[in-house]
Amino acid sequence: MKEIVVISGKGGTGKTSITASFALLGGKNVVVADCDVDAADMHLLLQPDFKQAEDFYSGLLAHIDTDNCTNCAVCADVCRFDAIPVIDGQHTINEISCEGCSYCARVCPEKAIRMEERNVGQWFVSTTKIGSTLVHARLGIGAENSGKLVAKVKNEAKVIAEKNKAELVLVDGSPGVGCPVVSSLSGASYVVLVTEPTVSGLHDLKRVYELVHKFNISAGCIINKADLNPQMTDEIMDFMAGENIDHLANLPYDETFTKAVTQGKTIVEFDENGLRRILEDSWEKVKKESDKQRRGI
Amino acid sequence: MKIAVASGKGGTGKTTLATNLAAFLSERRRVVLIDLDVEEPNSGLFIKGQILKKEDKYKMIPEWSGECSLCGICQDVCEFHAVLRLGTQIMVFPELCHSCYACSELCPESALPMVPKKMGSIKQIQTDGFAFVESRLDIGEEQAVPLIAQTHKYIEANLKDEEIRIYDSPPGTSCPVIEATKTADFVILVTEPTPFGLHDLSLAVETMRELKKDFGVVINRFDLGNDDVPDYCEKEGIPVLARIPNDRHIAELYSQGKLIYKHVPQVETQLQAIEQFLEEKLNGGRS
Amino acid sequence: MKIAFTTKGTTWDAATDPRFGRTEYILVYDTETNELMSYDNRAIANEAHGAGPQTAQKLFEMNPDILITGNGPGGNAAAVLEKSGLKIYIGAGEMTVKDAYEAYKNGNLKEF
Repeated sequence: MKEIVVISGKGGTGKTSITASFALLGGKNVVVADCDVDAADMHLLLQPDFKQAEDFYSGLLAHIDTDNCTNCAVCADVCRFDAIPVIDGQHTINEISCEGCSYCARVCPEKAIRMEERNVGQWFVSTTKIGSTLVHARLGIGAENSGKLVAKVKNEAKVIAEKNKAELVLVDGSPGVGCPVVSSLSGASYVVLVTEPTVSGLHDLKRVYELVHKFNISAGCIINKADLNPQMTDEIMDFMAGENIDHLANLPYDETFTKAVTQGKTIVEFDENGLRRILEDSWEKVKKESDKQRRGI
Repeated sequence: MKIAVASGKGGTGKTTLATNLAAFLSERRRVVLIDLDVEEPNSGLFIKGQILKKEDKYKMIPEWSGECSLCGICQDVCEFHAVLRLGTQIMVFPELCHSCYACSELCPESALPMVPKKMGSIKQIQTDGFAFVESRLDIGEEQAVPLIAQTHKYIEANLKDEEIRIYDSPPGTSCPVIEATKTADFVILVTEPTPFGLHDLSLAVETMRELKKDFGVVINRFDLGNDDVPDYCEKEGIPVLARIPNDRHIAELYSQGKLIYKHVPQVETQLQAIEQFLEEKLNGGRS
Repeated sequence: MKIAFTTKGTTWDAATDPRFGRTEYILVYDTETNELMSYDNRAIANEAHGAGPQTAQKLFEMNPDILITGNGPGGNAAAVLEKSGLKIYIGAGEMTVKDAYEAYKNGNLKEF
């Protein structure tokens, strides 16, 4: 089974719209994993049924057992995160500030602090509007995406793909360059980079490609809104050629993108201005290139 | 007045609004723009000026003295697996360390003193109209919150007297956003009139309410999508400060890293509306 | 010589795990005794961060001469493995352990 990961570094480049289009082109042969948990928007386009939901726990949170607490303040003294203020004469945990380091629990002379797993959100297995499977997650406020959550979502998608004999797992990757994106890339057969010809687009593309390169994964690139700034598009093409990144497609600046999204649809459901054709071609290229990678060519 | 510009998701035009608003307001007031999107600080790509000051910022991490009984307590107390015992040595992973001090202070032999480690840097730039401060996390560093906190301190120490502070906040609803908007008097949430925009806006609104923040919305590319975002704002009683049109020319100017309001009068009108709104807030707050 | 693999199972026919830090199992083959040992690493799924260095620490303790894996370790894990002086071969992402071993012997895997 192949695993194709779509990432962009920068937000708003059209990554989710393009991934959702690929998901529709792939049909039931594709299991989709939405690992862009900070802005998990894939469900707006694939309209899943949220069939199966489970709580997700990550990291720890301190709890003070007020019956045994003598307010000796040892915990507050060692806490570097100012997470144990005194409220109405009682030492209390500020849940937003608590980092879950457990230092307070270790030094409490009354053993009145216990560490509990922190509920950070939920993850779901859903059937999409075309009958394929989507694994996705939703974080609570102040909760952060983590390598663990990404690994969980991806793993679940792989197990389902194996069970349903689906050919590939399509991953909407996490943004940035931290632990979640490392976890998104880990195990990938092929990476699709989505960028736009803006100063920030190129800047973030280079940053995230450093990681792809380090993991030695083959990659291809889609330049969205390519005609907005032809000079910058050339610069991106040069960068790609220098790094041996496959050029998958240039998409024009086109309001069809927004029109489609407004109706909860992907671009491939909107057969306008030849956009569907361009995406079909690049999806075929992605499948072909990732096959090569699997055979170790 | 401290204004944070935030958004539920990336790519809505948060940085564009922050940079243009800073330049626009600086025509009449003393303004400092602070880029707190420390993982991807992009404001600086649109701003040219002279670097006045650059400071490296540090976090505290344990450093093994090289000699101890290898009891392993440090490894056991670290919830972040930033300290590992490997054979006859102790290894520290600075990027994983949350600076909780537990390993250092619970080590029976004091073999892990805390030392400063660079995690990023703060640059202060003077442009034609306003001061600009960029805070940037080093690649590989994962904790944005401590650097954002230090940036707030830097502003207090160096640019306390600027009349208006504009924070370009990180996107999303996680801890860095909370840290960036913590001290703001008012938060501007930038969104788009699409289902994506609405979904992410509603999460951002939930976060702002939880933090008990005063906030309003700016709708970018307002003529492109549907009425769901304005309807939502009306229903929830959230003021819409401005509506910025969709325009290919704006997208082109942005792609070239140029300030927009100087070339597109419609955008300037919308910035005026924001200024007026903020002014009323300020006056209302004083009376 | 001892050769370690990141895998999804405990036999020669098991698939390799292309991930390093979050690999499900580690198999160690001893070419002298012809023994294949397995280590269950699945508890790593509970770690939010820092999976790489922890798995690297396990490997450090097992002390193999060679590691055969898929995409290769990230920066932190690589720093640990460097201390143990083992050689890392990558590119064995989607094959069985047996095929990965053959690929290594035939010089078809890339050194990290």
